[in-house]
Amino acid sequence: MKKLRQWLFHWQQWKTPLLPMKRLNVRTKAFALTVILFSLIVTIYGVGILIPQKAVATDFAHAKQPPSWQHLFGTDNLGRDILVRTLKGMSVSVTIGIVASCISAVIGILIGIAAAVGSRFWDSVINWLIDLIMGIPHTVFIILISFALGRGLKGLLAGIAATHWASLARLIRGEVLQLRNQHYITVSRRLGKSGSWILIHHMLPHLVPQFLVGLILMFPHAILHEASISFLGYGLPPEQPAVGIILAESMTYLSAGMWWMAVFPGLVLVLIVWLIDQLGENLRRVIDPFHAQE
Amino acid sequence: MKNTVKQIVLLFLKNSIRMLSLLFAVSIISFALVSVSPIDPVQQYIMGIGPVSEEQRAEIEAYWGLDRPPVARYIRWLSALFRGDFGTSLLYRRPVTEIILERFQNSLVLMLCAWGVSGIIGFSLGCVMGMNQGKWQDRLFRKLCYFLSSVPTFWLGLVFLLLFSVRLGWFPVGFSTPIGMRNSEVRIWQRLHHLALPAFTLSLMSFSDIALHTRQKMIDVMNSAYVLFARARGEFGWTLFVRHGLRNTLLPALTLQFASFAELFGGSVLAENVFSYPGLGSAVSAAGLHSDVPLLLGITLFSTLFVCIGNMTANLLYGVIDPKIREAQS
Amino acid sequence: MDNKQNPPILEVDNLSISFQMYDGRFDQKALQIISELNIKIYAGEILAIAGSSGSGKSLLASAILGILPNNATVTGKMCYNGQMLTPKLQKRLRGTEIALVPQSVDFLDPLMQVGTQADGHKKPFPTQKRRRFFQRFGLPSGIEKCYPFQLSGGMARRVLVSTALIADAQLIIADEPTPGMGLEQALDTLKMFREMADDKKAVILITHDIDLAFAVADRIAVFYAGTIVETANAHDFQIGPVALRHPYSKALWRALPQNEFESIAGVQPYAGNLPKGCLFAPRCKCKTPRCMQESPPLRMLRGGEVRCFCAK
Repeated sequence: MKKLRQWLFHWQQWKTPLLPMKRLNVRTKAFALTVILFSLIVTIYGVGILIPQKAVATDFAHAKQPPSWQHLFGTDNLGRDILVRTLKGMSVSVTIGIVASCISAVIGILIGIAAAVGSRFWDSVINWLIDLIMGIPHTVFIILISFALGRGLKGLLAGIAATHWASLARLIRGEVLQLRNQHYITVSRRLGKSGSWILIHHMLPHLVPQFLVGLILMFPHAILHEASISFLGYGLPPEQPAVGIILAESMTYLSAGMWWMAVFPGLVLVLIVWLIDQLGENLRRVIDPFHAQE
Repeated sequence: MKNTVKQIVLLFLKNSIRMLSLLFAVSIISFALVSVSPIDPVQQYIMGIGPVSEEQRAEIEAYWGLDRPPVARYIRWLSALFRGDFGTSLLYRRPVTEIILERFQNSLVLMLCAWGVSGIIGFSLGCVMGMNQGKWQDRLFRKLCYFLSSVPTFWLGLVFLLLFSVRLGWFPVGFSTPIGMRNSEVRIWQRLHHLALPAFTLSLMSFSDIALHTRQKMIDVMNSAYVLFARARGEFGWTLFVRHGLRNTLLPALTLQFASFAELFGGSVLAENVFSYPGLGSAVSAAGLHSDVPLLLGITLFSTLFVCIGNMTANLLYGVIDPKIREAQS
Repeated sequence: MDNKQNPPILEVDNLSISFQMYDGRFDQKALQIISELNIKIYAGEILAIAGSSGSGKSLLASAILGILPNNATVTGKMCYNGQMLTPKLQKRLRGTEIALVPQSVDFLDPLMQVGTQADGHKKPFPTQKRRRFFQRFGLPSGIEKCYPFQLSGGMARRVLVSTALIADAQLIIADEPTPGMGLEQALDTLKMFREMADDKKAVILITHDIDLAFAVADRIAVFYAGTIVETANAHDFQIGPVALRHPYSKALWRALPQNEFESIAGVQPYAGNLPKGCLFAPRCKCKTPRCMQESPPLRMLRGGEVRCFCAK
């Protein structure tokens, strides 16, 4: 087995950890990129927040206009500027995505730790629970939760939060189980340190990066789910400017040739999700360079 | 041989029990969820049939058993389930089982097509990427996969609809059959014509997962000791791929594909809504929007069953085909 | 050796292997694993390449077979039967003339039946021949339908050895064929290689177990920090430091449990921080300023080869 590892080591020479100095270099680059991406996202987000409600007022005189210099993304059936609506909607979607991800990630880490630290019985109960969550199609489950909470923002948040924790919990559970068998932790336990002391001093430092990375990688998913559930007509009320709602409205006018209503908001959504995804990848490189993919 | 059959049966039983326990739990959870909902189904029902008096309203409530405590209602609902009675849809005014069976046929065709296409495309792309690790094919397709995972596929469906149906007129705008035609008159190619866009959209939703997974697996295999030895014995290129690459990646890919029924169903809800395709997915979102509780519950249970069957198939596949696991269980 | 009039079946001349490591997107760095390595092997003999684990010996096998990873750079010259060993030739010889005998069951595809696997990919499949060899090695006939994980370590090894025989290779490179075996099993395995050599084949035995190398090899090449510091007849190792040439070989001999069991200070330098001049100089007791400056060339000495300025 040892020999095999050597073989593979030589075979995969280029995969060996890089030298510290060079590593710093890579990390610095990733860090710079992270800052740029972050400011870009914050800018788009801020613009959305700062746009006054007035700007999305109905204006029948300018309804159903194709894109022009005045209205870059065109106007909708009520004469509202689509660019403004999209930016405003984007900030709502991002907020919901981030809040739901945070709730979900906290649930994930708590349940993951509970599964790994608790008794065998609890572990199997939690595993079964994870199977359960993964057994119901997410979209259906979110619809159900949204229905239970009377649709609206609350239902949307709860739905997304309730469905996204399972994979992170599974990851954290695996990580804790692995840590538990590490030499220094076994020694620590023999020395009579309490479980919570070990958890805080030895495990949390390893789990926090995992948690952060898991959280950030959850954002794009949550935002996409928000958009699709709003699209289906759950979640936010129609007067709210969520991207999913604009896209749902655009369905009615597709055959009428109002392509701009469907294309542009979607493009902005793709852009934002892609930016956040890139941010996550870069942040992962900064926080957790050894787990990062090539 | 006899031993193998016994193992499969055992594995099947074990998985079935787990599946039943999950289904039971889902029935409790979903029933609890609709019970706590502030949305009043009676109100929704009444809105559908016109003004009614207080007594009539009370009568409807009693007929639905809404005057009883939730636990009693649950037991009543569950025992009806065992008799095969899922209740009557408020939206379509027909038995839920009938609607589910009819719509599931449509959905199944859609999902099956998308599943096959995404599996074949995803697996092939994954193999190409894995065999050419680091080369331009790998980089290009990997970018594509990552990009697709940040694109909301329902929006992609909208764009396809705009481009291919509205602009170019190549495909119909929606539905599974031409409008105004009776089911028996519809020809197979007409069905396929209606199916093409939604199925393609749905397959885009899931192929990047399988492609990236297969890529990683293929890279692991190509870096393995046994491939090194195979190279040392003169194998390369296509021979190496068929003898070792394919052999060691096909099963994990197939398993993953079966385990992805949940995403498939979730995606079909969106795709069916975009393309007005009359399947289970469009039915479930309509049921939720119109507070059609019996239909919502029925489809939730049914979709869970669907996902569980996929997972169970994945488990059984591993148990039957992988000789290592087969051995470990005997 | 009396057959030295014949040209060597394989001659490796000044072989160096380094790896291009990519640091980030643009920075590159070369990591030298094997430096200026020389070996010759003749038909009918066993050449043991002995050195401590993890020093890159296995890479030599990959280099001879031409299956190094893409980011490896190879310099130097290799000749097979007097012909330049080009990638094209290597591709033709792999699995026919030159065979690798890897060390463990991990080198067998876990999802392929052993029989099919031993047959190889070349048609027509040599099934009858393979069955004969399996029988000769005492492998039960049912074994061909087994998967690798069902084999014991010894069985797997015999299957692996039989692949070299089925191919009827002239040059066999056995990489660490004995670790994890009991003494009897190990001797048994080595006996198989002895038989191959007696059958006019050439066997390179890569091992870190010097004792076993003594037991079976005709000549022993001592591998240190990516190069061969000395090649000597096995007989010289039985005599001891007097007959040996390089300070490292002498130290290696002394470190054996049955001798003085005394190890030398320091560790082998690893690729990336190789010393200038003689690779062994930092640990050498008889080093001179010259040793620290230039790399000693290979020279003949008392019927062996050595890379040392001071050896007499």
